[in-house]
Amino acid sequence: MFAYIVRRVLATIPVMAIVALFVFSLLYIAPGDPAAVIAGDQATPADVERIRASLGLDRPFLVRFGEWVWRILQGDLGVSIFTNLPVTKMIAQRIEPTLSLMIFTLILAISIAVPMGVVAAWKSGTLIDRAVMAFAVLGFSVPVFVVGYLMAYYFALELDWFPVQGYTPIANGFLPWIQNLVLPAVSLGGVYIALIARITRATMLEVLQQDYIRTARAKGAGQATMLFVHALKNAAVPIVTVIGIGIALLIGGAVVTESVFAIPGLGRLTVDAILRRDYPVIQGVVLLFSFVYVLVNLLIDLSYTLFDPRIRY
Amino acid sequence: MSTSILPPGAVSPEGVAKAAPMPDIMAPKKARKGFLGYLLRYPTIGIGGFLLLLMLCVAVFAPLLWTTDPTALAPALRTRAPSERFWFGTDMLGRDVYSRVLYGTRVSLSVGFGVAICASIVGLTIGLISGFVRWADSIIMRVMDGMMSIPSILLAIALMALTRGSVGNVILAITIAEIPRVSRLVRGVVLSLREQPYVDAAIACGTRTPVIIWRHILPNTLAPMTVQATYICASAMIAEAILSFIGAGTPPIIPSWGNIMAEGRALWQVKPYIVFFPAVFLSITVLAVNLLGDGLRDSLDPRLAKRV
Repeated sequence: MFAYIVRRVLATIPVMAIVALFVFSLLYIAPGDPAAVIAGDQATPADVERIRASLGLDRPFLVRFGEWVWRILQGDLGVSIFTNLPVTKMIAQRIEPTLSLMIFTLILAISIAVPMGVVAAWKSGTLIDRAVMAFAVLGFSVPVFVVGYLMAYYFALELDWFPVQGYTPIANGFLPWIQNLVLPAVSLGGVYIALIARITRATMLEVLQQDYIRTARAKGAGQATMLFVHALKNAAVPIVTVIGIGIALLIGGAVVTESVFAIPGLGRLTVDAILRRDYPVIQGVVLLFSFVYVLVNLLIDLSYTLFDPRIRY
Repeated sequence: MSTSILPPGAVSPEGVAKAAPMPDIMAPKKARKGFLGYLLRYPTIGIGGFLLLLMLCVAVFAPLLWTTDPTALAPALRTRAPSERFWFGTDMLGRDVYSRVLYGTRVSLSVGFGVAICASIVGLTIGLISGFVRWADSIIMRVMDGMMSIPSILLAIALMALTRGSVGNVILAITIAEIPRVSRLVRGVVLSLREQPYVDAAIACGTRTPVIIWRHILPNTLAPMTVQATYICASAMIAEAILSFIGAGTPPIIPSWGNIMAEGRALWQVKPYIVFFPAVFLSITVLAVNLLGDGLRDSLDPRLAKRV
């Protein structure tokens, strides 16, 4: 078991190295001259040269990559072209809203989607099942900002139940914090809920046909016990896997949701960086999110034994 | 099944053969034949296909559908609410939102189809190579693992930040972000196809590898590829809208749904219709493609139909 964990953790190192190499080489494989694009249309040749030098594009690829990786290992993501602040500092200032939004959405989505999928599988073929499936198709089709604007218009402007936009730090009180997060979380969670509900239903349908479910029924287990103890536990591995993979949707969606709801998080930072063509910031955010994504999926891989003791390493 | 494992008292297969013929009510229902029958069996293909065809017509015939110049400015007529003259109202520069939304269909569909086609071709090539060339497989798959660890929208954003905004570059950026998923799918299919008896037979007959790939492997990857391509098309249209919406996509001068929404963003609390109409068109188009994909999946792989 311990040996497996060590092997699995070590196996993420090459993945992260490839991520880093890929993010870094984007500067070189992008068509055209990135220094000129970043400098903008009004730039003088001297400006372009300055940016080329600050991105290190005037030096050999491998030398530059080595230096860059060395600095990242020391926790230095470079300096913003626009503000001249260290990228790590800019990220640290903006991380709380994004983290709050994503964790809240994660909890909300799982607690809605899993029961939805379970009930759909239990009542498979009925109207409830069809409604859940229809919702799943809709969830995949209606983009984040569409749900966001609709909800903000109806629940915030018309009904005045929630604040329209903005973010309150958790330090200012739990209630205002959560009030500001409800609408963004529900719109961000739409696709995620659809994804989890669908996989939950599919796995549960399979599990419910197993002999041990019939046994559980025969020995008189209640419906709820049968569904949530006997069946859901056995369906957990694929569901948890999809929850992990789906984090990528949350990360991509957060960028948009933060723009719609004016939340000053990492997504907003990315959008601002795009408008200013501040590539070091974009690079830093992409790298950070990718590492988080890899780590979350590593943890999920390691958690399989908790759900299914038959899995031994 | 051999008789020896039957429980005592069970009817042997011979016994079943001699049993009375099945009554007529058990006869299978006759399915309707032909294209109409196909659509009746898979209604989502019909609905999705119809909506998509409608959007295609809108894109192609946009100039004929009572539109005006989508980029014509009319400052005197700005932010008018929807009316008989401006069906979807006008934006803050006085441009007709109806015309802009209809022309925007062209951008979304080109990006959707463009990415679906490019990602399929590249993904097929990479998947086939890694399914057949042992030494390349592990290298390719590690690279794909790395690429898949970067959330695809972020990858597209990073690429777009380094290039000048154009529809071609948007297609390129989203394609690169989609390639790992397609390659993995194709590789998986190829690896299972390679073990099929008919491939062994072809090898035994002395068929050369390129011919095996072309004749025996490629045709069998087409069904799952088609389904995957529709899903890629749907997610590419959403990705294009997201990129344009946050200012990293199609240049603002081109009316695309993401751009129209981005421009309406500042005014959405007072003039929600500028955001509303492109949003509805986008949702309907993506829904159409997703329905089509679900239907194709059910019809091309009936084993999956009952499960997912």
